[in-house]
Formats: sequence, C-alpha cells, structure tokens
Amino acid sequence: MKWILVGIIALCNTLGDVLNTAGMKRQGEVEDLRPRSLLRMVLRILRNPLVLGGLAALAVSFFALLSLLSIANVSFAIPATAASYLLETLLAKYILKEDVRWRRWAAATLVAIGVALLEW
Amino acid sequence: MRPLSQTEVHKTRVLTLMVVATNVIGNVCLSRGMHQVGKIVSPVPADYIRALANPWVIAGVCILAMWMVSNLALLSRADLSFVLPVTASSYVLIALIGHFWLHEHISWLRWLGVVVITAGVILAEETPARTTEGAPEHLL
Repeated sequence: MKWILVGIIALCNTLGDVLNTAGMKRQGEVEDLRPRSLLRMVLRILRNPLVLGGLAALAVSFFALLSLLSIANVSFAIPATAASYLLETLLAKYILKEDVRWRRWAAATLVAIGVALLEW
Repeated sequence: MRPLSQTEVHKTRVLTLMVVATNVIGNVCLSRGMHQVGKIVSPVPADYIRALANPWVIAGVCILAMWMVSNLALLSRADLSFVLPVTASSYVLIALIGHFWLHEHISWLRWLGVVVITAGVILAEETPARTTEGAPEHLL
C-alpha cells in the first residue's frame, strides 16, 4: 500500500506539473504582475482544460501524500519527491521540448539528492 | 528564440521571488497554526475544517493560494525544467528560518542537503529561463 501511494504521488505530481506548464504556455505569457492581470489569468484558467486537469492531478497527489503520512513516516515521502524532480525534467525535455542540457540535469539531480538528505 | 529584453528577464525574476516567498511564508504560517491546532489524523476531509478556525492556518492557506497563482504565472513565462530546481530554494529558506527563527535543531545531514540544493539552484539559475517559443503545438 505504501509503495502504491508513493507511485501515485510521484506520477500525479509529474502529470500535474507537465499539464500546468503546457496549459499555461498555451494560454500565453502573463505580461505584467498587477493583481488585475493575475486575476484575469485565473479567470482564463477556468476555461483551460489542460490546467484544470493539472490542478486535479496535483490535488490527487496531495491527498495521496496525506494518506501516506498517516500510515508511514515522513521519510517514506522522500522517494516520491526525489523521483518527481527527475521524471519531470525527463518529460520537460521529451514532451515539452525544453532545452535541457547538463546544467539543468545536474540541477535537478542535486535538488533530488538534497531533498532526500533534508527529509531523511 | 527571440532575444529577451532586460525588463522581461526582470519580470520572470520578480515572479520567481514571489513564488519562493509565498511558498516559504505560507508554509511557516501553516506549520505554526497546525502546531496550535494539534494532531489531526483522519481520512475524513471534514475533520480538517476545524483547523480553519485558526488565524495562522487561514493566513497560511491564503498565502499558499497566492503561491499557486504566482507559480502558474511563472510557468506561463519559464520552462518547467527551470522553475523546478530554482524554486527548490524555498527548501533552503525554510531550513534557515527553522534554525535561526524557530530554533529547530538541524542535523549535519540536513545542512548537507541545504548545501546540495543551493548548488542545484545556482546551476539552474545560470540557464536561460525559457527555451521554447509560443504554445507547445505538438501536444495539442
């Protein structure tokens, strides 16, 4: 059960972030940071199926994390967090077609290792 | 890729700071509030509503909602593979606040984690924030 939850957390987290990125890129860049512009962005998201799907996936991941924490130690969440960083970088490169070179691979790997050390 | 003007780069940087700040402040408020509320372990979401009577929890939830909005705004302007490692600096700030402000004990293993994450943040910061152009048409 624990490992199933770890898998659900990592996959939904990754799916959520990738869908949100694709959806926000499709919606277009936020041009300025005034509250009114951010509010307009939020209202447009209500008609953006990619971001709505992404937020739903993140919600599933969040509740799976709560369940995991209720039956296991915090350290059980580590593999899920660490795996998300690497999986998301992989999908960012091959699905979102971002230019991921050694600096970004190294950055994602260091963050995954650092988070593991932090939460051990 | 069109060259980015200084103001555009600056906007992305300000958004990144907003994402990190709202994440850190929101989590610190929430943690403080949940410690006051006490232990809730329940499969029933309604049991968590009780926590919403605590002002720190309310503040934390509102600030984390701002975090979600600023994170989506940042993703509209920057790569996911840039945003992920760069916003991981919030882990570092949360550890520093825990140590210097909340006087939590931080083991040497956790300090090592702070150093390793910082190195990752610096590496990612050196790459351009956005490497794609327009909408990801191939996905739609």
